[in-house]
Amino acid sequence: MDAPITNKQSQTHYKPKGNKKPLTVGLSYKKELRERLYALVFLGPSLLILTIFVFFPMLRTLYLSFFLTNSVGKPTVFIGLQNYFSLLTSTAYLHSLQATFIYVIAVSCLTLVLGLLLAQTASQKIRGISFFRTVFSGTMGVSVSVAAIFWLFMFNPSVGLLDQLANLFHLPVINWLTQPGWAMTAVVISTVWMNLGFTFLIFFGALQSVPTTFYEAAQIEGVSKRYQFFHITLPMISPTLFFVSIITLIESFKSFGLIDLMTAGGPDNATNLLVYRIYQDAFLSGNYGLASTESVILALMIAFFTFIQFKVLEKRVNY
Amino acid sequence: MGIELASLSKSYDGQNWTLKNINVQIKSGEFFTIVGPSGCGKSTLLRMIAGLISISDGTLKIDDQDVTNLPPQERSLSMVFQNYALFPFLDVKSNVAFGLKARKMPAAQLEQRVAHALELVGLSELKARKPRELSGGQRQRVALARAIASDTKICLMDEPLSNLDAQLRSKMRSEIRELQQNLGITLIYVTHDQVEAMTMADRIMVLHAHEVQQIGTPSEIYQHPANSFVAQFFGTPRMNLLSVHYSTKNQRHLQVDPLLDYVLPMDIEEGDYFVGVRPNALEIHATAQASNAAIKNIEYLGTQSIIHALLDNQEEVRITTAQNNTFSLGERIQIRATAAYFVFDNTGRAIFFNKGDGEDGRTNYKQTVTNAL
Repeated sequence: MDAPITNKQSQTHYKPKGNKKPLTVGLSYKKELRERLYALVFLGPSLLILTIFVFFPMLRTLYLSFFLTNSVGKPTVFIGLQNYFSLLTSTAYLHSLQATFIYVIAVSCLTLVLGLLLAQTASQKIRGISFFRTVFSGTMGVSVSVAAIFWLFMFNPSVGLLDQLANLFHLPVINWLTQPGWAMTAVVISTVWMNLGFTFLIFFGALQSVPTTFYEAAQIEGVSKRYQFFHITLPMISPTLFFVSIITLIESFKSFGLIDLMTAGGPDNATNLLVYRIYQDAFLSGNYGLASTESVILALMIAFFTFIQFKVLEKRVNY
Repeated sequence: MGIELASLSKSYDGQNWTLKNINVQIKSGEFFTIVGPSGCGKSTLLRMIAGLISISDGTLKIDDQDVTNLPPQERSLSMVFQNYALFPFLDVKSNVAFGLKARKMPAAQLEQRVAHALELVGLSELKARKPRELSGGQRQRVALARAIASDTKICLMDEPLSNLDAQLRSKMRSEIRELQQNLGITLIYVTHDQVEAMTMADRIMVLHAHEVQQIGTPSEIYQHPANSFVAQFFGTPRMNLLSVHYSTKNQRHLQVDPLLDYVLPMDIEEGDYFVGVRPNALEIHATAQASNAAIKNIEYLGTQSIIHALLDNQEEVRITTAQNNTFSLGERIQIRATAAYFVFDNTGRAIFFNKGDGEDGRTNYKQTVTNAL
């Protein structure tokens, strides 16, 4: 039982993942048919709903991206890949793309780092820390519109808290939402703030599940706190880190509410991110074909980045 | 390196003692076991020695140096945990090398230490495996190797075998004992298992209700338990504790019932006592005319059976007997005393024992009496 395991034995330790055996071994054709029917009955309702609300719109979007449309979204002229070509050569669209990348990278990185920092802080055994745990996860209960209004006040040049603070320390007043660079910063700050509650909570849970004996063992061996964090904590929560990074990335690609309420894509299209542009093209300009094309491109991009993340993080995450 | 605990105490809230007034000198190279039921504070005590939990009161000395307030890494000891504390993302070798690497030990020396430690526990072949690819016993050995690699003279173990199955446990018991002897380390070993304590230790400390009950060699603890708790904690099945009342008119007879009678070699004060009798120190006579008990349950174990019987005074007794298959449930039997028994006062303190081989505890008795005065 306890003898060194030979190679041959160790192979039998791992069962191949894919179970290729047919589900209905030894059943007659009639019985198999009945099984299939049962499966269909049980899956039916969810398949129906998914078809109506997910699969059909997806395919419809793909279909529309090859057409010119009229003002109510009916396809008129088939133009093949023309929509794609015109988008990828449009400076306005490429500008949106660039803004989106900056936004996504900034939001994802800041959310992950700050979320982990807060979670690590909240994991310390200090008196009254449970109060901060509640506060840190607080933004989970805040709706986008409330957050937008809150931050609009914060960034307001005349009554906003930020500029009042700047005044106090004799720093130059910033017109947060009317200067292109600062508007992007403001939107990033608000989004990160919104994300933190959720991220904090997930990280906090992950940190709590690391066995304390790991740290005790390290402590006895004289391992520094810093080394413990990078060589015990981070590897132990890497699956969570991976999960949160994907969620955050996808969510920030899809950001709409805060943008709409705070800057409406302005100033000078500085915060006109991809999703906001889709909204403008489809519902303000009535250009459904083009908007569909943008949606398809966005979906492909998200799929691509998720794939890359899986590939890059696969090795570090698996233990 | 010797360890000295001087009135070591722990309280979390400043009012209730988790551990009270622990005194012991652990000798260099000793296998010292701390044993007690769950919740008695034995793990707390071990963590206080390790420096993972602060010491509320008293002093801790390692090698004559006061380490009461030193952080764990300055106490130069190693520790093995119940759940092994192996990092799932590192292979066996990196797990063993973890602490050494963190302290930036030169690569050559590190390699040599790790290889040596893995060889001692017989895991050299498996050094590239991840913990999840190992059996429970192998994981435990990796944890041992990590302690060995740190090359400290003191090792603490917190219930290291409790996650293993019975067979493996007995194998690991002798392996750990052997390792400790060969390396000449001082080992403090915490367990709730009295068998582990008895079979491995040079000396045992019995903890219960936040206090030390007794410290002694396994045979001292078994032969001369300081109180009824210790007496019942060691030995399977448990010692029988039968309540008796003694008055001078009994004339040196401690009578559990008319047929179960113990003769005292001297006078004791009037009062309530407990007679402690190990299950193998009672005799069953099935053919006797007079009976004083009925058989409630029989556990057949092969070479012997454990008989659970109900005395007519409604006290339950456990008796081991080599007479197998001769008894049946509900059968009336006569239970008789043999010469070996213990006497505890009504607080459970041992005041007297008779081993049945001529040596009795009169000296012990006098000693406890003078201590009480």
